[in-house]
Amino acid sequence: MTNQSITQKLANPTRFMGLSGQLLPWLAGASAAIIGYAMYLAFFVAPPDYQQGHTVKIMFIHVPSAWLAMMAYVLIAISSFGLLVFRHPLADVSAKAAAPIGAAFTLLALITGSLWGKPMWGTYWVWDARLTSVLLLFFLYLGLMALRSSIEDEALAAKLTAVLALVGVVLLPIIKFSVDWWNTLHQPSTGLTTTVHASIRIPLLVSALGFSLLFFTLHLKAMRNEILRRRVKALRMAEVDRAQGSHASAAAAE
Amino acid sequence: MALGPHAAFILASYGAAAAVLAGLIGWLVVDGQRQRKALDALEARGVKRRSRGA
Repeated sequence: MTNQSITQKLANPTRFMGLSGQLLPWLAGASAAIIGYAMYLAFFVAPPDYQQGHTVKIMFIHVPSAWLAMMAYVLIAISSFGLLVFRHPLADVSAKAAAPIGAAFTLLALITGSLWGKPMWGTYWVWDARLTSVLLLFFLYLGLMALRSSIEDEALAAKLTAVLALVGVVLLPIIKFSVDWWNTLHQPSTGLTTTVHASIRIPLLVSALGFSLLFFTLHLKAMRNEILRRRVKALRMAEVDRAQGSHASAAAAE
Repeated sequence: MALGPHAAFILASYGAAAAVLAGLIGWLVVDGQRQRKALDALEARGVKRRSRGA
């Protein structure tokens, strides 16, 4: 089955609600189980780092949060492209649903990074390229949500938000390569498969898998909520139209 | 389980993660319930989308 046929199948919101309703409990259960196992590995199995001691445990939530902060934005960008180019009915639902979740994971990356920085670097914050670019990503998420909520016409809001989201993609390579392009207090990218010992690498990968599944669970739930919200809005408008129609008929009869 | 001299930073990180994620999950669950309730109420009143054109 091609990707196109999958997206075409899911283009029907009613079908999407049916499929996502079946998938959601399993996804939620798998997320909880894997995050639970990751926490067990983090606190009871992973040894202290030879340099950082026990503070390395912060990495098990900081790194997945930072990954998901960027992945959520990639999802928003793909959804925005899907809206502007293919006019996929669920593309805007997906982009709108992912924004607050991406913002939450970006906030978590900033908070946990700051709490990791204080004991390791001696400061909670420094205006280096990596930290500043991630802070800008957080503001970009807020900007996307603010722009959408400031425009009453939903179709116009969706298009303008999609354009801003696509322009904002330029921030992603800046975040990714900031540690290579500039001198930063933040460490460069770690070669996970070569430089991190398995006793720390495996809990990190399990944690990343668990939080990624949680992200998709939350995104699916947020998409379902948004579809319901749009149905409620459509029905309320229909109710108002019907009431106005009855009122006009009654006035004409008099 | 000893967390060493920086235990407060470790616990604060995990606490922040739990708080942010619990808030996000709670908001999504409550929002979903609110939308479902509103939709059920509208449907119970017999409102249909097609009535817009009727």
